[in-house]
Amino acid sequence: MWNNEILQNVVRFIVLALLQVLLLDHINFLGYINPYLYVYFILLFPLTGNKALLIFLSFLLGLTMDTFNDSGGIHAGASVFIAWVRPVMLKFSFGVSYEYNTVKVSSASFSQQLFYILGMVLLHHMMLFALEIFNVEQILLILKSTLFSGVFSTILIFCTLYLFSRK
Amino acid sequence: MQQIIDFFIRNKNFLLFFVLFITAVIVTVNSHSYHKNRYVSSANFVSGSIFSLKSSVTDYFDLKEQNEKLSEENRRLRSWLQNAKTSIPEIDSSHISTSNNFSILGARVINNSFSKTKNQITLDQGRKEGVVIDMGVISSEGIVGIVSHVSENYASVQSVLNTKSQIVAKFKKSNHFGTLVWNAKKPNIVQLKEIPRIAPVAIGDTIVTDGKSAIFPAGILIGTVKDFEIEEVGDYYRINVELFTDMTSVKFVYLVSIKDAADIKELEKEAQDVE
Repeated sequence: MWNNEILQNVVRFIVLALLQVLLLDHINFLGYINPYLYVYFILLFPLTGNKALLIFLSFLLGLTMDTFNDSGGIHAGASVFIAWVRPVMLKFSFGVSYEYNTVKVSSASFSQQLFYILGMVLLHHMMLFALEIFNVEQILLILKSTLFSGVFSTILIFCTLYLFSRK
Repeated sequence: MQQIIDFFIRNKNFLLFFVLFITAVIVTVNSHSYHKNRYVSSANFVSGSIFSLKSSVTDYFDLKEQNEKLSEENRRLRSWLQNAKTSIPEIDSSHISTSNNFSILGARVINNSFSKTKNQITLDQGRKEGVVIDMGVISSEGIVGIVSHVSENYASVQSVLNTKSQIVAKFKKSNHFGTLVWNAKKPNIVQLKEIPRIAPVAIGDTIVTDGKSAIFPAGILIGTVKDFEIEEVGDYYRINVELFTDMTSVKFVYLVSIKDAADIKELEKEAQDVE
């Protein structure tokens, strides 16, 4: 069972990274809106798993995105950030019980899922666009991009979640 | 001592986060200063091969459009060649001073972005074929960008659609020059700054490269003036330029190298040192 989980996460890491750089980065919906589905890896990483490992893997995933996008370290920074705040967001969304392995993201109630996924995605995108644009004068552009891409990513993450949840 | 170790163990997640986050920010800031960042770039072997593989599939999607572009370019060059032949009849080539200053290299775009604020393009030619940093990149229609990273087989280009890009450009008719920048709003409109108020500006004027920078030869097409206004402060125009190159569908590009670029750069550097 444990091995199975490792394998699942390795596959998820690679598939999401490839999907992101080969397909999702080229959608350019309405000219500039792209979803960032790779956040799914960080969201669905085993809830009781090693936190330090998650932070490190998130950095690696983000850096992979950055190499493909020539974007410096913006994805790495944003990913590490949400990996670090994840325990707090989990506590807010699902209560303390998540620590005892009783909660699963795919089987939680819709409002809990929405709070968790939307919150994490918005935090990630905010950090991402802040680092990309890197200019306080352009705060409106940062917020606009965060909102539009965030909604797009959240919808896509929900679709992926329901597609792969075994019920 | 025990307490310090305890502190580290208790806060190891935060410390790990902090170190990695600071690393990411440093890499980001470095990438903002002109090609200082040599490590995180799509011109490496892995991402280059993956993009290459991708484009070998997606290239088929717009073959027709690309063919039309190439045949249009052929038509233009052919008519130019014919006209050149007839207008300068018999000149023995041995009498013309050798102005073989430029060499041109063809390349295929294997990855393109235009929806971010700092867009980069990846090409399938690298150091092996003679690509070096700071080469100018043009398409059949106009300028595209400047090479910013090179690996053995791939190169990464800082597109004109990048808020870091600053390219010297001038009016074709009057030689007034300014700097071309991008405000990250539309992928077909760039901004020309620092054109003095005395310059005659009209909508539809052609903007070309200046040739002062040793990156592009003079006279490469950039775009036309779309609209303009005078800045509230200072005596300069703020001009919106519509690009000739459709940056969203660029597939084949040419890399221009100027033979004396290294010499020119060295001279410029020496001049700066003297100052």
